[in-house]
Amino acid sequence: MDTDNISNSFISGIKDGIPIGLGYLSVSFTFGIMAVNSGLPVWIAVLISMTNLTSAGQFAGISLINAGAPYIEMALAQLVINLRYSLMSLSLTQKTDKSFSTLHRLILSFGITDEVFAVASGKPHDIDTKYMYGLITVPYWGWAMGTLLGAAAGSILPESVSSAMNIAIYGMFLAIIIPPAKKSRSVLCVIILSVTISFILHYTPYLNRLSEGFVIIICALAASGLGALFFPVKEVAE
Amino acid sequence: MIFIHILIMATVTYMVRMLPMVIFKKKIESDFIKSFLYYVPYAVLGSMTFPAILTATSSTYSAIAGTIVAVLLAFMEKSLLTVALSSCLVVYITEWILRLLNL
Repeated sequence: MDTDNISNSFISGIKDGIPIGLGYLSVSFTFGIMAVNSGLPVWIAVLISMTNLTSAGQFAGISLINAGAPYIEMALAQLVINLRYSLMSLSLTQKTDKSFSTLHRLILSFGITDEVFAVASGKPHDIDTKYMYGLITVPYWGWAMGTLLGAAAGSILPESVSSAMNIAIYGMFLAIIIPPAKKSRSVLCVIILSVTISFILHYTPYLNRLSEGFVIIICALAASGLGALFFPVKEVAE
Repeated sequence: MIFIHILIMATVTYMVRMLPMVIFKKKIESDFIKSFLYYVPYAVLGSMTFPAILTATSSTYSAIAGTIVAVLLAFMEKSLLTVALSSCLVVYITEWILRLLNL
């Protein structure tokens, strides 16, 4: 592992952000295509990506916009789908060093996504603001550019290619969680538990009506809670 | 009005990220909560991946092939990008073979 002053820098944040940004290109590309196919202008699709920076929330958002949903429904849907970011933000506050002033927190919290969070929390030491600014830069622009390209290319892309690209983001998630699960039996147990609950919630009648955002929150609370109960980690966030 | 919709989306999404970050500034002492927050990323990413990954592509077979390759490469600790692109490639090839076989 790198030493603190090497890895806690803007450049190393940029480097860590490149794979995330490339992964985002494909997902936001799909978002751009979908937004335009649903009748939104290209620049509106890009505006949504640049102000929201969230995959599930944006996909739900365009369908609510097109359905002419009431504002309160839009607000509640976004709250439920994106509430998991609160858990991530809270988790990250335990890994931030003294450089995180209130102003930096106000700016940097905008860039917390699933992948940014996963990479930042995977660092063996506390992170500083320079690293965090670096980490969110490439994903942010990757997300915006991918949306623009997808919206502009529209339906030019063959179905076979876009189908293949849909799996990219999940491949990345697996690459984040499997290596630590190899080394830690408790991490492995938490993952298996969370995945099991997720399967149950998706395939049990009635329960499968829960929104995607709620499913993630329930899985996170239950699996992490049981993990903390049975496998307390002593050396966390030192 | 589309701009109000977008404004609501952006504001709600920002608030759920920003508020915990700005409100909680101290290191948490409780071992339980520290452990809980340590496990959150794994639980979140696990439940976001499964079962969604199995329905992400246009065929369950290609999704399973892509998943197996991603799990194997991740187990070999390949980079994020290698794992992601390899699973895309395997999905593409699998769907191409399926079309040849007319499945």
